[in-house]
Order: sequence, then structure tokens, then C-alpha cells
Amino acid sequence: MNSLKRKDLLDIQSLSVEEILLICRSAKYFKDIFTRSVKSVPILRGKTVCTLFYEPSTRTRISFELAAKRLSADLINFTVATSSVVKGESLIDTVHTLEAMKVDYIVMRHAASMAPHFLSRNINASIINAGDGFHAHPTQALLDTYSIMEKRGTLEEGGLEGVRIGIIGDIKHSRVARSDIEAFKKLGARVTLCGPPTLVPDDFELYGVDISYNLDELLPELDVINLLRIQKERQKGSLFPSLREYHRQFALTVERFRSCKNEVIVMHPGPVNRGIEIDDAVMESSNTIINEQVTNGVAVRMAIFYLLAGGAPLEEMNAEQRGTLENSN
Amino acid sequence: MKIAIKNGRVIDPASKTDKALDVLIEDDRIVEIARKIPVRDDFGVINAAGCLVMPGLIDMHVHFREPGREDIETIYGGSKVAAKSGFTSVCTMPNTDPVIDNQALVRFIKLEAEKGPIHVFPVATITKGLRGEEISEMGELINAGAVGFSDDGMPVMSSILMRRALEYSRMFDVPIITHSEDLELSDDGIMNEGKNSTLLGLKGIPRESEEVMIARDVILTRLTGGRLHVAHVSSGGSVEIIRRAKSDGIQVTCETAPHYFSLTDDAVSENLSMAKMKPPLRTEEDRTAIIDGLRRGIIDVIATDHAPHSTNEKMQELESAPFGIVGLESAVPLIITVLVRENGFSYLDAFEKVTVNPARILKIDRGELSVGKVADLTIINPEEKFIVTAESMLSKCKNSPFIGRELYGSIEYTICNGNIVYSGK
Repeated sequence: MNSLKRKDLLDIQSLSVEEILLICRSAKYFKDIFTRSVKSVPILRGKTVCTLFYEPSTRTRISFELAAKRLSADLINFTVATSSVVKGESLIDTVHTLEAMKVDYIVMRHAASMAPHFLSRNINASIINAGDGFHAHPTQALLDTYSIMEKRGTLEEGGLEGVRIGIIGDIKHSRVARSDIEAFKKLGARVTLCGPPTLVPDDFELYGVDISYNLDELLPELDVINLLRIQKERQKGSLFPSLREYHRQFALTVERFRSCKNEVIVMHPGPVNRGIEIDDAVMESSNTIINEQVTNGVAVRMAIFYLLAGGAPLEEMNAEQRGTLENSN
Repeated sequence: MKIAIKNGRVIDPASKTDKALDVLIEDDRIVEIARKIPVRDDFGVINAAGCLVMPGLIDMHVHFREPGREDIETIYGGSKVAAKSGFTSVCTMPNTDPVIDNQALVRFIKLEAEKGPIHVFPVATITKGLRGEEISEMGELINAGAVGFSDDGMPVMSSILMRRALEYSRMFDVPIITHSEDLELSDDGIMNEGKNSTLLGLKGIPRESEEVMIARDVILTRLTGGRLHVAHVSSGGSVEIIRRAKSDGIQVTCETAPHYFSLTDDAVSENLSMAKMKPPLRTEEDRTAIIDGLRRGIIDVIATDHAPHSTNEKMQELESAPFGIVGLESAVPLIITVLVRENGFSYLDAFEKVTVNPARILKIDRGELSVGKVADLTIINPEEKFIVTAESMLSKCKNSPFIGRELYGSIEYTICNGNIVYSGK
């Protein structure tokens, strides 16, 4: 496998298992670099990355910006308040403007599902999807996949064969859930979705997942618990009656945590609603890798930039070649 | 002026005629239909060998955007597109700006239509201002030329108002044409709710949003004795509700559009906003049920719901792009390709949906090919194969999911009021 033979990174669905593993293994290398004293390498020198965010985000945008900076790219940040889009220029015109300024990579987040797919057909720059509507959040899924494999020590042999993963919460409105499901399934995991039927529609069975409405029954089975953020405004649409009842039914409480496997991995894409999806004491447990996910996010995004730029697989390089990569001008 | 149409195959669904016959027209009337009509020097002659000769086609559901959005289509421009597509009569929907809810505006449409090549029959609104609050002045609107009432684009959400509209309109014996959608169930959805909407993370519109309203409206039609025509039926469940209503003797008719028997919601990930319309494209199961409904006569009419939108409006993220596609130019080719060629419909069964059936629902003296009738005729070469391209389209707006598709059936001539208004030669 030689680098990623694609212009854009739009979703997990279009990635092969080999591509997912290539990204994860390359991420390992970049994580080694920036957890050493060397924080940046000149791989993207002369390239311009623009983060175009049509939705508020802190961690994903900062993670991408750090990844780009650590690869020595020029970075511009275009944050659009949702309200100004309504009266302002169209998405396609905005992106044509960026392209005219010779931006090489556009990292975009948009509230409309499929917006990056629509753009990728109409412009030449590389589009990296940082989340579109309820549809996809491929870099989150890749960093989640990486984090599980790293924690389980299976990064080298690859795969999540037989791993029992539960994704808990608002699946219906979650791009993280969709991309996670696709990535975990591709690597052989057995995935169970858990939440109220209003937030876990039967249509999700098309992914080949199980659906459960009973967290207590499910938890002892799981190797990985991935909790999703519950949006408080969903209560208004009567998708659940109250946060209190949600917590009763679906929170990872201290009592529930006791029923889990000893080596269970607890994840959350953030930002966490403490006391709603997860109790404080569980947050502090050594099974919880929420902060590690954030660190890994930067590494995974560096790997994606590197591979989209045509970078060769790092695992096949010897120490000297890698050294050249780090020191070249 | 006399024109003899020679050597064609006459398809007249009204009289169930499917025969090799010549047709003679004089001025604006059909004057003779016979095996062989001898040609005289003062006749114009059309050689229709290998072609179908039909009554001028009727599309009872188009949006010509005038008044209000003349930048994207006009009554005159839309009429030219209709003529090129084989249609000699169309019904314009009233959700323009301003909406067609008073007699002056109905007369305006009729006046603009006189400049164009074909007949335009305006549909006026059920409710004043399309607001769903009070019924329009139906009597006045009919006097001005309206042939039916519809709040198309918007459902009449109020059940009591729909009851009144069905009740009041009884004295005119005109159809109440419904855009059947429970907006609350649609919940700002943009495509069919199902596997594809789940995969794409797009908000779904459940089929039940359509079915619930059709069920309500047939029940209200039973209560009132009014006349209901359900526009753009898209789901198998809707076909079943209408089948039952018909067998119960309720006065209900309905239409579907060519895209509902030609496409499924699989088209959305490929065509994006070009496959976005209301009601949305459904599943293969629904598509099959629509074809079955057409075959069994449960669905009476095929109408295009021709909805031009500018490229700029459609070149947006799916969520923001408007609903609707153009349909006139692909209508006959889709009927021939999908219904006749792929599903074994006879020409009589397929084309009654765009001739005699809509004419009877609208009570207009059109859609029949017989002596004494208005000389509206469409001549089609059903064997001609072509690929749909944006360049070949006359419509100013090219928002069609059929671009690139190979279809059969070309319009050779469209004759309206005895005048050749379109010739493919």
C-alpha cells in the first residue's frame, strides 16, 4: 500500500481496511515525534491548510490546526458564524474564493450532511471532512479506532476482530456514531448500540449492529464503552422526557461501572456532560482514555495530512529515511 | 388549412383505439379519421410512419413560476418547453408570488398563456394566500377559468378547513388537489426516511407523513361527498389507501410523477440536490408499488410536477437546496422506457394517464382523438434512442436527475389547435 490514493477524506465508508490501518500505523509514528522533544517536522512546508468551520468547535479545530502546524504548513482559520451564512455568500462561492487563493487543504465542518461531498465534486483542493451534519466524522472514528488498538496493544497485527464495543446515547443524530460504527465494523468488531428507541432507530440494523435498550444487561459484555454526548435540546423534541430519566437509564454510573469487565475501555468523543452520560468517579478511573483520545487525535490528523500529501508508509522506512523526513527543508 | 397525418399508429385511450389510421385536421378541428385518406394538393402532409399518433398530452401539474420568479421560468417559456415535450395542455399550480387566489390573477395566467403555443388551465389556491386559514373565492376563480384548487407545495394542515373546502367545492364539481403531507411528521426532513437517510445522516421524511394525510383526506371526502385528487403519490402505502377508498366508492383520483416510477432514494447520494423533491424518492418496493398502481388503474394520472430551480439554488448543500426537479422533457421518454419497454404496459394503458384520465378529472374537452375534437395531437417515435443532456434541454433550468440517462421516445410533432407548435425535424 502506497500512501492514500485519494484527493479527499470524506467518510469512513469510502476507506478500505488497509487505508484505515495505514492511517493508524502512521499516526503511531507522529505520536512518537510530538511526544518527544521535537514537536514539528517540515513535511507540509509551503502548503496551505484552511480550517473552514460552519459550526462551533474547539477541540476538533484546534486538533487539526496543531496537526497542520506540527507539519509546518501555513495555516489560515476561517470561522463562519451560522447566522452570517444565511445572509452571506453560498458555500460553493466561499470555497471557490479559498481555492482562488491557492489553498491546498480545506478542513471543513458543516451542519449540513453531505456538504463536503458536494464540494469535493466541484473544487480541486483536498477536502478533509471534520464533521458534516449527522453524517460523518471520519477523523474522530479513526482516532477512536487508533485509541482502542493502541490501548489493547493490537496496532501491529491490526484489526478489532471479536472486540465487543457498545456505543451509548444519541445514535440517530450522531456523525461520530455513524463513522465509528463503520470503522469498527470494517475492522471486525461486534458493535451494539444502546439508547432509547427514539434515538436508536431500527434502520441502524443495516450496519450489521445489535440494538439494545437495556444498558445494565449490555455492560458486562463489553470490551469498549463509547459514550456519546447527549444534546440537551433533544429533550424539546420529546426524544427523551428529561435528563434525569436519561441519566437513570443510560448513564455510566459508578454502580454500573462495577458490573463492567476489569480491563474495559471507557471512551467519549467530548465534550463530556459530567453527571449526565458519565459519573465523575468513572471519569477519573484508569479505564477511561478520554484525554488519550485527544492526544491521539492530533497524531491521526498529522498522519492524514501526510498521507493525503502523497507520503509513503512510514513503517516501511528505516530510521535514516525517517530522520531525513524530520530534518528536510 | 388542412393537414393529413399519414401512415401512423393512432393511439386513442378514450376510445381504446390502437390502429394504423390516417388523421385529417382542418383549422383547429379533427375532421376525419380513416384507413387511408387520399392526399389533395392543398393538404399539408405529415408522414407519421413508425410513429404513434396520440391526442395532445396533458400534464395536470406544472410550476411555471410566473408571476414572481420569471428569472427561472415564465408561462410563455414553460409552454414552449411543454410543446417540445409533447404536451398541448398543462395545469399551472398556484404557489407563485403572488399566489393565484383571486380572479384577476387567474385571468393574468390565461392572458399570458395566449401568447404561448399550448393551452394553460390554471389551478387556483384552496385557501386565501396559501395560508391555510380561509377558503378562496372558488366560484369567482372558476368563472375566471380555474379548473381545480390546490395549495400545492403546502398541505392544508387544518382538518376542519379541508372539510369545508371539500364540502363547498361540491357545487362546482371540481377537484380539490392535495399536496398530502403532515408537516409535523416531515419534521424538516429532506429525503425519504430509511436506510439511505440513515447512511447519509440526512433528516428523513417518513412515508407516513404522506399516508396519514391521504388517509385523512379520503375519510373527509367520504364525509363530505367532495371530489379529491391526490397529487404526486410516492409510496406504496398511499396506493393501498387510495385503492381501498376507491373500492369503498369514495370519489378519489390520484397522480404520480415519472420520477416515482423511475428512481429510488438510492439516487440521492449520487445526484445530491438534483434528486431532492417533495415527496421524496422512496424505495424500490415503493417504486414497484407505484408501477403496479398504474397498471391496475389505482393511479389515474401521470403528471410531471415540473419544478424549475436555478443552478445557483440547486448548487448548495442538500439541506439548503430547494425541493423539486424539472420533468416535462423527460416525461414521455420515461413513460415509454420504464412503463412500456421495461414493464410491458400497452401504449393505451400508459398514455391514458396523460390524456383522457386527466381530461375527465379536470372536466376539460381535451385528451381525445376523434372527429369533431380540438386538433391537439402529439406524434411520437417510440423507437428513437437518445441520451439526456443538459444541452438538449430547452428548459432554462436543468435540474434533472435524468441527465446522462439513455431513454427511448422522441417527440416528432406537437400540434395544438391545428397548428404545428413543435417539430423535432
